[in-house]
Amino acid sequence: MARTEIRIAGFGGQGVILSGYIFGKAASLFDVKYATLIQSFGPEARGSACSAQVVISDEPIDYPYIRKPDIMVGLSQEAFTKYCHDLKPGGILITEEDMVSVDENLISEFDHYTVPATRIADQLGRRIIMNMVVVGCFAAVTGLLKKDAVKKAVEDSIPKGTEELNIKAFESGYKHGLQILKQREVQETE
Amino acid sequence: MNADKKAVLTGAHFIDGDHAACEGAIAAGCKFVAGYPITPSTEVVERIAARFPLVGGIFVQMEDEIASSIAIQGAVWAGKKAMTVTSGPGFSLMMEHIGFAAITETPCVFINVQRGGPSTGLPTLPAQADMMQARWGSHGDYEIIAIVPNSPQECFDLTIRAFNLAEEYRVPVLVMMDECVGHMTEKVEIPEADKIEVVERKFTEKPPGEYRMFDTNGSMVPEMVKAGAGYRIHLTGLTHDDRGYPAMSPVVHNKMLRRLVDKVLLNEEKIRHIEEDQVEGADVVVVSYGITSRVVLPAVNKARKDGIKVGHIRLITVWPFPESYIRELAKKVSAFVVPELNLGQIVYEVERCAAGNAVTQLVSHAGGAVHSPEEIYDEIKGVLGHA
Repeated sequence: MARTEIRIAGFGGQGVILSGYIFGKAASLFDVKYATLIQSFGPEARGSACSAQVVISDEPIDYPYIRKPDIMVGLSQEAFTKYCHDLKPGGILITEEDMVSVDENLISEFDHYTVPATRIADQLGRRIIMNMVVVGCFAAVTGLLKKDAVKKAVEDSIPKGTEELNIKAFESGYKHGLQILKQREVQETE
Repeated sequence: MNADKKAVLTGAHFIDGDHAACEGAIAAGCKFVAGYPITPSTEVVERIAARFPLVGGIFVQMEDEIASSIAIQGAVWAGKKAMTVTSGPGFSLMMEHIGFAAITETPCVFINVQRGGPSTGLPTLPAQADMMQARWGSHGDYEIIAIVPNSPQECFDLTIRAFNLAEEYRVPVLVMMDECVGHMTEKVEIPEADKIEVVERKFTEKPPGEYRMFDTNGSMVPEMVKAGAGYRIHLTGLTHDDRGYPAMSPVVHNKMLRRLVDKVLLNEEKIRHIEEDQVEGADVVVVSYGITSRVVLPAVNKARKDGIKVGHIRLITVWPFPESYIRELAKKVSAFVVPELNLGQIVYEVERCAAGNAVTQLVSHAGGAVHSPEEIYDEIKGVLGHA
């Protein structure tokens, strides 16, 4: 894996930047890769479109921005619509099931996964941990980083005292991701 | 001397360039920061404000950048290491006091996280358009040192270097970051405190009465005094003699000014900090600095695959400019390509030093983003008629 470009897009307040931060941290501190995170934001913060760009590579990273992402995570309709055209044909697309409706014509171009992250987070008791469900699902379906590395990065990046809840969210998302992969395997063998 | 164990966050961190610069300042022994937070440098002082109470430093949020840039100099003369941090319009406001630091030989650090200008410009987006302002922004003749990091790791390392150079030469040292490097998050390895070399201030051993403030004793950098140790000093922005007293004479002015300039320019080779890649035997050499030095790499690699002999040099110290280095190199290569996030600044230094021995080609960019590697590749190809 020379260079993998990832975009996580949503609106400010959803934990978009933290998700990108966790991937970058997992790669560069707890796995043996290089990572560069760039965050872009407007003058506003909460509620406006916001995106994190992460480059993960086995080699030192020169050009720091993403140009044609290999993986995109879409957490809001606005952000999805704005950025989905960048994604590489055949790239991995992960969307929040209830927040983003995806054009059927588009799906055929991408390796598409949905995760009901908000619903799962609600069931666990706090909607705010929705992003950790997404992070878990990402870890499972992309297989880009070691699960333990991502988990450690989650633990290392969240406020003290919230570890249990966040890890639960991460594991739920991870389980969901594995389930999708399993279903696909079954479908393929049928 | 080594860094203070209690202050240094030894270990691997995933932090942005702004935060890394803050940790570099703390590791260097900075104990006073005055600032007026401004995007995209806010995170530096935000972290300073959180970290300083734990390491015995004082942070003051001042009324503006004019006050910030002089408050730090008060702290320096009181015996501490100090810096201020700014961006865009704030840097313009600090110009007068960069001159004051130069003439009073006050060792201090200015961090400028460059954003698009002029005026309010592009607060949240990168540029490298303050490079000439760093050199010439205050009135009169003087020299400063300016260093340019291209990663969060270097924001840490070079902020320490900035403090060390400031103490060694008694000049303001400018750390010329940019928005991209400041807001970019990467792994930063902070070494153990005893592996970090820190230059401490050279205080005089002469007793009060014998000590003359700007007497250099044959070296080019005078010794300072410890505040409260019984020395009576006079510090002024006016032209002054060896005692620090105002002296409005062309003779004194000439002597003072030439030493201020010479102590930096005559030490250029010592201060020089350049990264070279395949310069030997190159036809074209790309000269870059800061974030642009990373954007250059895909372009250089692509051109090499085409069989073009391309070298790359990165200026980590931009001021004082490595004149003799470029002058000599110009005799061996056919062309220089100089990409910068401005409409042409350092390219004119390269052109001047090339003195007609090599073609000099600017790849300009108005800022707000970085170049695309293709733009740089096209110039590398085009400059010698390869296109």
